[in-house]
Amino acid sequence: MKVIYTDVLVIGGGLAGLRVAIGAKRRGHDAIILSLVPPKRSHSAAAQGGMQASLANVTKGQGDSEDVHFEDTVKGSDWGADQQVVRMFVNTAPKAVRELAAWGVPWSRVRQGDRQVIINGQKVTITERAEAHGLVAQRDFGGTKKWRTCYVSDGTGHAMLFAVSDKAIEQGIPVHERTEALALIHDGSRCYGAVVRDLISGELVAYVAKATTIATGGAGRVYRVTTNAVICEGIGAAIALETGVAALGNMEAVQFHPTGIFPAGILVTEGCRGDGGLLRDAKGHRFMPDYEPEKKELASRDVVSRRMEEHIRKGNGAQSRFGEHLWLDITLLGRAHIERNLREVKEICESFLGVDPAEQWIPVRPAQHYTMGGIRTDHTGQSRTLKGLFAAGEAACWDMHGFNRLGGNSVAETVVAGMIVGEFVADFLESGQGEIDIPTALVREALAAERGKLDALLASKGSERADALKIEMQQIMTDKVGIFRTGKDLEEAVARLQELLVRSRNIGLRYRIDGPNPELVTAYRTQKMLKVALCVANGALTRTESRGAHFREDHPRRDDTNWLRRTIATWADPMATLPTLSYEPLDVMKMELPPGWRGYGNKDYVDHPDTPRRAAEVASVRERTKEADRHAVQAALMPYEDLLPERFRGRNERIDERLP
Amino acid sequence: MTTETTTPAAAPVATGPLRHLRFHILRHDPRDPASAPRLQTYEIEEAAGMTLFIALTEIREKLDASVSFDFVCRAGICGSCAMVVNGRPGLACRTLTKDLPADITLAPLPVFELIADLSVNTGKWLRGMSERLETWVHSLGEEVDLRRIEQAMDPDLADKIYELDRCVECGSCVAACGTARMRQDFVGAVGLNKIARFALDPRDGRTDADMYELVGNDDGVFGCMTLLGCQDVCPKQLPLQTQIAYLRRKLALRTVGSTRS
Repeated sequence: MKVIYTDVLVIGGGLAGLRVAIGAKRRGHDAIILSLVPPKRSHSAAAQGGMQASLANVTKGQGDSEDVHFEDTVKGSDWGADQQVVRMFVNTAPKAVRELAAWGVPWSRVRQGDRQVIINGQKVTITERAEAHGLVAQRDFGGTKKWRTCYVSDGTGHAMLFAVSDKAIEQGIPVHERTEALALIHDGSRCYGAVVRDLISGELVAYVAKATTIATGGAGRVYRVTTNAVICEGIGAAIALETGVAALGNMEAVQFHPTGIFPAGILVTEGCRGDGGLLRDAKGHRFMPDYEPEKKELASRDVVSRRMEEHIRKGNGAQSRFGEHLWLDITLLGRAHIERNLREVKEICESFLGVDPAEQWIPVRPAQHYTMGGIRTDHTGQSRTLKGLFAAGEAACWDMHGFNRLGGNSVAETVVAGMIVGEFVADFLESGQGEIDIPTALVREALAAERGKLDALLASKGSERADALKIEMQQIMTDKVGIFRTGKDLEEAVARLQELLVRSRNIGLRYRIDGPNPELVTAYRTQKMLKVALCVANGALTRTESRGAHFREDHPRRDDTNWLRRTIATWADPMATLPTLSYEPLDVMKMELPPGWRGYGNKDYVDHPDTPRRAAEVASVRERTKEADRHAVQAALMPYEDLLPERFRGRNERIDERLP
Repeated sequence: MTTETTTPAAAPVATGPLRHLRFHILRHDPRDPASAPRLQTYEIEEAAGMTLFIALTEIREKLDASVSFDFVCRAGICGSCAMVVNGRPGLACRTLTKDLPADITLAPLPVFELIADLSVNTGKWLRGMSERLETWVHSLGEEVDLRRIEQAMDPDLADKIYELDRCVECGSCVAACGTARMRQDFVGAVGLNKIARFALDPRDGRTDADMYELVGNDDGVFGCMTLLGCQDVCPKQLPLQTQIAYLRRKLALRTVGSTRS
């Protein structure tokens, strides 16, 4: 048997995985990254509009701080987020931007003086301060009180990914490209690495590691209509689930992005609306102010997507041969702005639609976009149930997004989680727990089990076709587990997905070589994807309330009394057809920001019994500390700084908040 | 304020008559001793707005599950899917069938190691290039204090760096390059563009002399024969010609200078 040993095995070569490896390496630990594709091709590159960090350099960002970013993120999450994790995140995000600036990311910079922008459909002149000239610029995004989204034109993820990937090359971190982890090696309480398939040769290799980090991104491809890259199939989450020990959190929390181009589902950035673009219906009417008078096009994504679908249901969609859609109008931004700040959008419109967005409107409709749920971890990124297994980025649920993620918080999370989890992985390795003592039989058996499954597939005369099952699953998810959900649809979805899972055990291949064999890959991935899809659908069926992106037409209110808790899914019996669900309550009495109205969307919700008590406590703490600075107030409400790795503690300097 | 407009924009994708398409795809598995390179033909019906991503996915789903090709973002962002389409390298995901004749020949990019069919190992080649040219910012000194306000940069310079940073490393320029076919170690327009990008970046402490060490030879900027296939096929329309000319002038002047001294 072939075995490769390393300190840290990182599964996934996007921003989160790369940054974890760089962090561990800086602390003197060897890391190997596994990646399905060359790292620079990862889906991180598709983040267009930018990353949120409260630098407050631009005029419209003045007054921004960790506090405002925290509040926006928690409200965006519809109080599903872990507020301590959100605090860790918002305090590290400015440091992440500054680190990336030092690593070469060509952030778009502030130009001092007057400039014209479009706000709420009108031309407005704003004046940038001289002292901000040349600092990292911010643009507006949905669900935020301040302009906070740092950007590189609209190729932010690309520029970040290239800088971080090149940093990993500088550090000599090996990336084993075109390899896929098929199973984790574990003994029921500790993870020891993974069984890995070489996608070119078909060879299986055991990677044995003291710590294993999954950073494989989201699971968008369980849906038919998604902005996600074709590699975002949730396999990292699936292999964690298949241990029967590690758990997935909140898988029913799925984000739909308002502006997928119709019908292909390719993303055009929220920056379009942040920069002043409008949504229009078949008649050309700007409809969002009718529904959301405060935030209009810039309410959170879950709210805008729902309003769009609602407007289409009322008969206001534009007709096309592929169905109905709405329009995104960025013509009012002017050609010069589009060609400088929205150039990827322009390229996409030209290439895929034959549309010049400076002249014509863009056909859009919401499309699956982001997996808020993922491998459940603690604030260090480590699984709460399987020691030595870590997760970071979209694959993880350490839970900073709750039930809805804000635009610009995901690409920010990739690097921030990478920084934080990388340090905690190193701490773990340097602690007594980092040592492993692994019987070779465990490795041999893990390899043999995967070999056996692949050989069975390659030899199978089964009647089921992998492609067909996968397409059916995707269609069920898009039709029945989408933006508007009902108990009836979800029951049907769960039942049909269970049937598909059973049928997937009878997949037969027409093409039986074990090298570069796309049919074999589809076969084993479909079996795993169906389990992930069932976690989403079953979690959605069971959650009889509406929270963030999870909207039940038959239970339209947020219900904090019964549902202020995280869904935890495990899959102990490989032959089961449903995950086992349990629930983890959120403690209102520890929240810095007790549940309330988000400031947009539905005002009607059921309070948790603790909420009034905690709200009174928070009010009295604020009263007591009203003379103190904001950091002291925050510390009195919900201490968190001791949770951060030491390297990333400390206040962030701003033009208006100088450090001594 | 004018937010009401009565005329919606024109419907997307002006569609011509839909055709019967014949794809001639180069098939070969270099690891299989029994495999010989051959063109295999697949016939499908064109659909409105069909890209080569959609067409190849349909071929794999409906006609032949064994065809290997690489797509990731399918939105022209990640650079995975470069292949030779009717003789010209380009991103398959962004290529609309309506812009092609009904007979479409697809071949893998030359120069790169063949994995199978249309799939090539650009990653290996590009990592090698990055290691050789050290395509990262060589920091000037001490680690930055992440709590402090970042170093200012001229906004126009930041834009200029991004202009060159937009390269997606798809490999089209290498596949279209005469020199790359003849000189195995030629860094290609992709490599020269990287050097130009880092030479522009004040955060990178390397001098012209350092850059000269990296590309001041026939595997670098002096290997370019100015055929400029790279510029013709770059899917991001990077100004490769200008960058190569600039680097060559700058480095040639340096050679002259050092000979004089």
